[in-house]
Amino acid sequence: MIRFDYARPADVSEAVRAGSGEHAAFLAGGTNLVDVMKENVARPLQVVDINRLPLTDIEAREDGGLRLGALVTNAATAYDPRVQQRYPLLASAILAGASPQLRNAATNGGNLNQRTRCYYFYDVDTPCNKRNPGEGCGAIGGVNRIHAILGASDQCIATHPSDMCVALAALEAHVQVTGPDGDRAIAFSDYHRLPGDEPWRDNTLRSGELVTAIDLPAENFSTHYTYLKLRDRLSYAFALVSVAVALRLSEDGRIEVARIALGGVAHKPWRVPAAESLLQGEQPGERVFQAAAHAITEGAVGQGQNSFKIELARRAVVRALGQAAAGTPQSQTDKRIA
Amino acid sequence: MTATTKIGIGTSLSRVDGAEKVTGKAKYAAEYNVPGLLYGVTVSARIAKGRITQLEENAARAVPGVVDIVSHLNRPKQAWLDHSWKDELGIPGEPFKAFHDDRILFAGQPIAVVIAETFEAARFAASLVEVAYEEEPHNIDFTASLAEKFTPSYFKRRNTYHPPKKRGDPDTAFANATLKLEAEYHLATEHHNPMEMHASTVEWHGDGSITVYDKIQGSQGDQAYLASAFGLGKKNVRVVNAYVGGGFGSGLRPQWQVQVAVMAAIHLERSVRVVMTRAQMFTHVHRPECTYSIRLGAEHTGKLSAMINDATTSTSRFENNMEDIVVWGMMNYDCPNASGEYTIAPRDTYTSADMRAPGAATGMTLFEIAIDEMAYKAKVDPLEFRLINYSEVDAMNETPFTSKALREAYREGADRFGWEKRSPQPRSMREGRELIGWGVATGMWDAQFSKTAARAVLTADGRLEVASATSDIGTGTYTVMTLVAADTLGLAPEQITARLGDSDLPTAPVEGGSWAAASTGAAVQLACQSIAKRLLKAAEKMEDKPLHGAKSIDDLVFADGAMALKSDPSRRVAITEVMTAAGLDRIEVEETASPGIGGMISMAQKSRNTHSAIFCEVRVDEELNQVRVTRVVSAVAAGRIINPKTARSQILGGVVMGIGMALHEETFADKALGRWMNHNYAEYHVPAHADIEDIDVIFVDEPDPEVTPLGVKGLGEIGIVGTAAAVANAIYHATGKRVRQLPVTIDKLLHP
Repeated sequence: MIRFDYARPADVSEAVRAGSGEHAAFLAGGTNLVDVMKENVARPLQVVDINRLPLTDIEAREDGGLRLGALVTNAATAYDPRVQQRYPLLASAILAGASPQLRNAATNGGNLNQRTRCYYFYDVDTPCNKRNPGEGCGAIGGVNRIHAILGASDQCIATHPSDMCVALAALEAHVQVTGPDGDRAIAFSDYHRLPGDEPWRDNTLRSGELVTAIDLPAENFSTHYTYLKLRDRLSYAFALVSVAVALRLSEDGRIEVARIALGGVAHKPWRVPAAESLLQGEQPGERVFQAAAHAITEGAVGQGQNSFKIELARRAVVRALGQAAAGTPQSQTDKRIA
Repeated sequence: MTATTKIGIGTSLSRVDGAEKVTGKAKYAAEYNVPGLLYGVTVSARIAKGRITQLEENAARAVPGVVDIVSHLNRPKQAWLDHSWKDELGIPGEPFKAFHDDRILFAGQPIAVVIAETFEAARFAASLVEVAYEEEPHNIDFTASLAEKFTPSYFKRRNTYHPPKKRGDPDTAFANATLKLEAEYHLATEHHNPMEMHASTVEWHGDGSITVYDKIQGSQGDQAYLASAFGLGKKNVRVVNAYVGGGFGSGLRPQWQVQVAVMAAIHLERSVRVVMTRAQMFTHVHRPECTYSIRLGAEHTGKLSAMINDATTSTSRFENNMEDIVVWGMMNYDCPNASGEYTIAPRDTYTSADMRAPGAATGMTLFEIAIDEMAYKAKVDPLEFRLINYSEVDAMNETPFTSKALREAYREGADRFGWEKRSPQPRSMREGRELIGWGVATGMWDAQFSKTAARAVLTADGRLEVASATSDIGTGTYTVMTLVAADTLGLAPEQITARLGDSDLPTAPVEGGSWAAASTGAAVQLACQSIAKRLLKAAEKMEDKPLHGAKSIDDLVFADGAMALKSDPSRRVAITEVMTAAGLDRIEVEETASPGIGGMISMAQKSRNTHSAIFCEVRVDEELNQVRVTRVVSAVAAGRIINPKTARSQILGGVVMGIGMALHEETFADKALGRWMNHNYAEYHVPAHADIEDIDVIFVDEPDPEVTPLGVKGLGEIGIVGTAAAVANAIYHATGKRVRQLPVTIDKLLHP
């Protein structure tokens, strides 16, 4: 582990000041940062421990939504009665991820900012443009079974590993950040980015900016939703493909609003507005589900080992839309797929 | 006289070391507190093959707390002859010698160790060592390596290797067969991944002697190896492995961390600890990758007429690791014409190694998938197919078994599972969107016995200590020793202490091959019988002659801390009374259990094996191909069961590992870089709790006084053999998709 300075500020402005340097990192639950530091993947010179900041509440918002403090743990969020009752999609996605021990330590802000699980990113003896810009990508032409099929670049085919973020994308949450230039809110779809020519940048945070909260909008899709995750074992594995679906149905059963977000397939939770609008005004059914599934995976490119994900993602979307429309969301404890 | 409440062989006893383990009192290799200990962190090679041209150590040496760096440039003297580096397994070739010279033989090879006053300093400094290499072309790809496959000449084979014996005319029989199957099967590379990472704490005593707390499956083999490789002299090396956090074969051979730790200790004349990282656990032993071509011929009735086997497994470029892959089906099935070919293929990795049921877990499992395929071709129920081709004798060696209750295992397993309710057609059972499949497979392993010594010490307070240099790699040896001693001398388990895992104790072999319970158990029984004889002698001298009429200990019952006449249990005397009356403080004996002449003759004339029948239910989502293993029944014929509780645990563990082999375990190779890529627990998948549902273990009655002195056959390995085939066969029954490459992952079912 590289030697670093350690600060434990008590208020947000102090944290932002301490975290503004080029080689600074914010430490929250530590379930990912400590790992990447131990593996020499990240070498921050200044570690700013933010666990004393007052960002630990879940509170109601005036517009009827909910604000999730950045330091609330994933477990506390998933088991919060307001989240469970009003945002079951989010609770379900969180519980689909990691293990109870990790969810007890990991925070909401940290979940957004976790790094990819690409094998090459974690192995400093292999090339990785995300870890070491300009070094090349080992996964392209290498072991890429778990890699991206959408939105990848010729420099990086890593995926964002979060389950929680897939639900937040579907719910159209906003990320509240504060930084040297003040506060701002970032629409969830703008928070993470595609690798492009700068694969080392996972998100659109500016230097020194700190996530303070995640705002959930009033519309919560608590009736017609699902989070369906497919992986190599039935628990404690990152998604090969996951799908968050949120639907609003009219009284005659037509789809008024549809949101579909894919996880495990891209550098960010993957949404395609055109795919969602195909469903708008339609009665739920196999035909429109298939059309949406093809539209959301349009342009998907396999790397060889991961090419199966394209078909798997389409089937998962169809199934998830069916679960959501029927009001029979996927259970995260009963491993039988609904 | 009250009824005896004897705890002994056949009694379910919780692990006697359980409390020590769960309270953290049990110490593992990296947990011994040694004064003045230094910490070594190993630098691993980035490349797969070539030479080290430069080691830049200045930055690392400048880190406060760093004491030294040891590499091929400054290591202490090593034995020159390869022979001096042979361990108990004796794999032919050039054993790997860390820091021997500047050559790199595999990615992740240890090339230097940074030693510091703290682990943190050593770890940080190790990251600062810059290594320059001259790279050479390498190959880690198994398929490419097949171009170089070969059969080692007789003197370059493992001495445990059994060449397949041809019978009949399999080529003609196959050509003329009514039903034919010809297919290629494959098993991915697996890494052992015991929970405890390989670690060695070397205590430097300053008088030329060392104590090595090591993660190893046998202390005395390790002792001899270290003494020989580093010229220390056997009397100067003591190895302690009192607790081992899982082995699965990864600790059969001393691994590189003990070489590195001992060299560092010798170099600095200080105590040193070296612990592998989880990633480094992927830089040594692994189960070989295997490709297995099987041709089966059968009659319409399902009677097999030809079995033609050809398999290749991976090894390194420097050692010939070999397994028995193709012989299992040839031994197990009654078929007049059978042959087998076996080759190994070298690649630029560390040498592959024995991993739980080496050979059988691969060969029997893949063969049992082929058998399933032929059963469908013959339109015969897969269980019935196996009974049609059932062999009462070892069909390859044409020898009888000491016992074979496989038929009973099939029957009891099928009854428990409800096999008769199975619908024969694939895809014919479903519930909702899930297809249900039921599969069966056979398991087979060796019942081995290995010369082992044990000491027993009885003291006047009625306490007994039994000791042997055997190991307990989580298998329950401590408990087995306790139960056998309790059985023989009629003492309560609380009165007995079992000691093992120390090279100073009476001679025992490495723990492997499922022989520890049978062998150590026999040695403990002999030692306790020897004590019993001394007690009888002492009792004969007692004034009231309480056991008058007893000619030998066979005339006695030992129970409740007392010895009594079988013919008249009212005539009894407490063991402590005998000790007191005879003025004995302690009785100490040491005995060695070995096959003896009768045993040797039996071994030459009869085959000795365990068998199992595994039944499995899977549920597969029809569209998404997610597989759930919802039920497994494993019916095991393994002779006498010493401790039903730990025995069941052994089988449960084997079944779980078999499910991992079926669905999860696979190490991915980057062919360009020549390294394993998923070298962590997050990406190398073993089953999680959610993957495991109902597992039912049955031990069928199989009395076998001939196989080993206690009639015990051993259970460490049989639980995994064939289990993956039962899963794969159930997946076929559920989906109609035959996947011949293990593990059966979602992509293989999506695009079969």
